[in-house]
Amino acid sequence: MRTQTEIGSLLDWVEEMRVRVREIVREWDDQEGNLIMMLHAVQNEFGYISRGVAGVLAKETGINMARIYEVITFYHYFRLTPPGSHSVQVCMGTACYLKGAQKLYDELAQQLQLMEAAGGRQGDVQLETVRCIGCCGMAPAVVVDSETHGRLCPGDILQFLKRKQEARHGS
Amino acid sequence: MIQEAAMIRAKINGTPIEVPEGTSILDAARKAGVRIPTLCKHPDLLPTAACGLCIVKVAGQERMPRACATMLQPDMEIITHDGELTRIRRTILELILSTHPNACLTCGRNGNCELQTLLGEFGVRDDRLEKYLRDVPPDHSNGSIIIDFAKCITCGRCVRTCQEIQNVWALSMLNRSINTRMAPAGDILLADSPCIKCGQCAAHCPTGAIVEHDETATVWEALRDPEKYCSVQIAPSVRVALGEEFGYPPGTNLTRQIYATLRRLGFHAVFDTNFSADLTIMEEACEFVQRFVHGKGPLPLITSCCPAWTDYMEKNHQDFIENFSTAKSPQQMLGVVAKTYYSEKMGLDPAKHFQVSIMPCTAKKYELERTDEMFASGHQDVDVTLTTRELARMIKQSGLVFREMPEEDADSPLGEYSGSGTLFGATGGVMEAALRTAHYLVTGRNLAPDAVNILPVRGLEGVREAEIDIEGTAVRVAVSHGMANVGKVLDKVRAARERGEDPPYHFIEVMACPGGCIGGGGQPYGISDEVRRRRMAGLYADDQGCARRFSHENPAIQRIYKEFLGEPLGEKAERLLHTRYHPRKSYLR
Repeated sequence: MRTQTEIGSLLDWVEEMRVRVREIVREWDDQEGNLIMMLHAVQNEFGYISRGVAGVLAKETGINMARIYEVITFYHYFRLTPPGSHSVQVCMGTACYLKGAQKLYDELAQQLQLMEAAGGRQGDVQLETVRCIGCCGMAPAVVVDSETHGRLCPGDILQFLKRKQEARHGS
Repeated sequence: MIQEAAMIRAKINGTPIEVPEGTSILDAARKAGVRIPTLCKHPDLLPTAACGLCIVKVAGQERMPRACATMLQPDMEIITHDGELTRIRRTILELILSTHPNACLTCGRNGNCELQTLLGEFGVRDDRLEKYLRDVPPDHSNGSIIIDFAKCITCGRCVRTCQEIQNVWALSMLNRSINTRMAPAGDILLADSPCIKCGQCAAHCPTGAIVEHDETATVWEALRDPEKYCSVQIAPSVRVALGEEFGYPPGTNLTRQIYATLRRLGFHAVFDTNFSADLTIMEEACEFVQRFVHGKGPLPLITSCCPAWTDYMEKNHQDFIENFSTAKSPQQMLGVVAKTYYSEKMGLDPAKHFQVSIMPCTAKKYELERTDEMFASGHQDVDVTLTTRELARMIKQSGLVFREMPEEDADSPLGEYSGSGTLFGATGGVMEAALRTAHYLVTGRNLAPDAVNILPVRGLEGVREAEIDIEGTAVRVAVSHGMANVGKVLDKVRAARERGEDPPYHFIEVMACPGGCIGGGGQPYGISDEVRRRRMAGLYADDQGCARRFSHENPAIQRIYKEFLGEPLGEKAERLLHTRYHPRKSYLR
C-alpha cells in the first residue's frame, strides 16, 4: 500500500508529465505529420514512452493510440519500457550474425534471466539487438554502455557488467 | 453535372477491353471475365498491395505490377495468368502458409476461408517451407468477436476497416517485416480497447483470424432442456441474407421458410423482430413528436437501435447523450414483451422462457447485458444472440434441407409486422419508418400512397440529407452509415450549437455498418456494395408487398398497447421499453 505522501508525489509527477507533454505538443504544432518529432521529444524527456505518456500524447494531439503504437513499434529507436541502468547491444549486422551474434544474444538473454530470477533487479540490464554498427572486423560486436567490444563471450560480458556495477556502488 | 470518366482501351490476355480511366487492372480484368487472385484487396477498401498475389505481366515492362494498385493505361497489354505467374502465386501462397497454422479442421472459417480456398485451387499439398508461427494466444476478452492472432496473414483488411471505414481505431498493425502483427490498439486486450463490437473486422477478414463468438452450443443445450420454453426472433436483415449460405442469390426474401426452419429446429414459438421494430417506431416517433412539436427534449433526436453506434457514442460523442432516443432496440423490446406480455398470455413461467435472437450483428451479443434495463422483465430479456452465420451453421448441423423447407407463418401476436418494421434492416429504414408514423401522429393522416416511399433517405451514400414536409413544416433529417461518417454529421450540429443557431437537423439516423444491418458484421461472408444493394432491394420489396405499410396500423401493435402497455411513452412503456445512456471510457487500459 502506498502512503499519502507517495500518492501525493505520484500525482504531482503525473501532472508534471502532462504539462511537459502539452508543451511538446504545442512546440510541434499539434500536427499528425509531426508525430515522430513529438515522440522523439517525449522519449528524450522521459527516457522511454510509457502507456500513460502515450495516452496523454493521444489526448493532446487527437491522434489515436493505435496510430501512436503503430509508429513506436515500427521504429526500433523508440522504447516502450524504461531503459535499464546498463545497456548491452548485440550487433546483428551480417558479419556479426555469421560470427554467432544470435547465439551470443540468446545465451546472454538466458544468463540475464537467471540473474534476475536469483534476485537481480528487473530491467537493470537492457539487452537488445542493433543493426550494423560498422565494427565488422570485431564481429561479433557488442556495445556495453556505449563502449564497443569485439569477440566477447557471454561470460566476459557479464563479468564486465559486474565490475561496472561494483564500481558504481563503490563510489 | 457529373462528368463521365474518359474511356480507355487496352488488352487483357489478348482480348480488347474498354473501361473508364482510373480502373485498376484487377477490376478491368474482372470486367473481361477474369478473376485475379488476391487476399488483401477488398471491394470496400482502397488497395494496399500487401499480399502480392495479384501480380500481372505488362508487355514491354520488366517488373510485374500488382493489379490491385496499378491503374490500367491506354494500350496496355496485360497477361493475368500463365505458367510462370501461377508458379509465383503458388510460392507466395506457400510463404503465407509458412506463417499460418494448419488448423483448418477446427477453424471458424473452415469451408469459407479465402486462404484455404486459394491453397486448394493452387494445389498446395505440403509445407515446403519451414513454419514460422506466431506464438500469441487468442483474445477471448470480448464476448462478441474472437481474435486468433496465429491465423492472421497481416493483409491489413481488418485494421483499415476499423480505422478508415469505422473510425474506431481498436485495431492496429504493430512492429515491422517478419514480426509485423495485428493487435488491438497498443497491445491491449480487445475488451480494453475502443472496440464497438460491430464485427466489420470479422466480415472483412479473409481467414479465421477474427470470427464471431459462436454460441450455437448454448442454444442447442436450451432446446434439448425439457424445462425450457424456447422462443426465437429474427431480425429484418436476416431474411434477405441467410439464403446466401444455401445457394440463394443475395436479397432473396426467405422469411416464411426461415420461420418453418426455426420451428423444426425445436423452437416453441417463432417471433419476428419486425414486430418489435414497429414497436420501437411507436415509441421513437412519439419521442420525436414530443421534441419536435412540443419542445420536450433536445433536437436533433438521434436513433439508438444500433448497439455498436450507442457504444461508439458513449465513448466518443458524449455531448450527444441527451439527443439519443431512449427507445430500446427492437431486439430488446421483443425480449421484454416475450417474457412479460407473451408469457402472461400463454401462462408461461418467464424464468423458464428462453429467448434467442437471430441478428446480422456481433454487437447485439454485447447489447444483451448492456445495462440493468436489459433485464426489465425481471430476467435477462434476451438470453442468447446468434448471428446469421451461426444460424446457418445450426441449420446445417440439424440436417434440415433448408431449400426444401415449406413456408409458414410466425406466431401471433409477436410475429406480425408492417412494411415499416422490415425497413429497419437497411440504412435509412428507421428514418423512413419513423417519418411515416410521425407524419400520422402530427397530422392525423397517413402519407399519400405516392409519398410512402421516402426515397431521399434511401441509398448507399455515406451521409444522406433530406427535408420532409409535414403539413407545411420542414423536417430536416440526416442518415449516416459506416461509423466514420457520423463525425461529419455531428460536427455540423456542434457548429450550429456554438453559434446558437437552430440545429441543421431535427432527426438523425445512425448505423455503424455500411449499408445498415443488411451489411452487418454477422452476415454471410462476401460483402460488397453490390451485395448490399441486392439485400436492400429484398427488404424494400418486402415493405412494398406488405398489406400494411405503417407501424401504427399493425393490429398486433395496437393490441399490445390496448391490452398491456397502455400509451406510447406511458409509465409501463417507459419502464419496459426505454433505456438510458452513460459516458464510457474508450480505453480501459
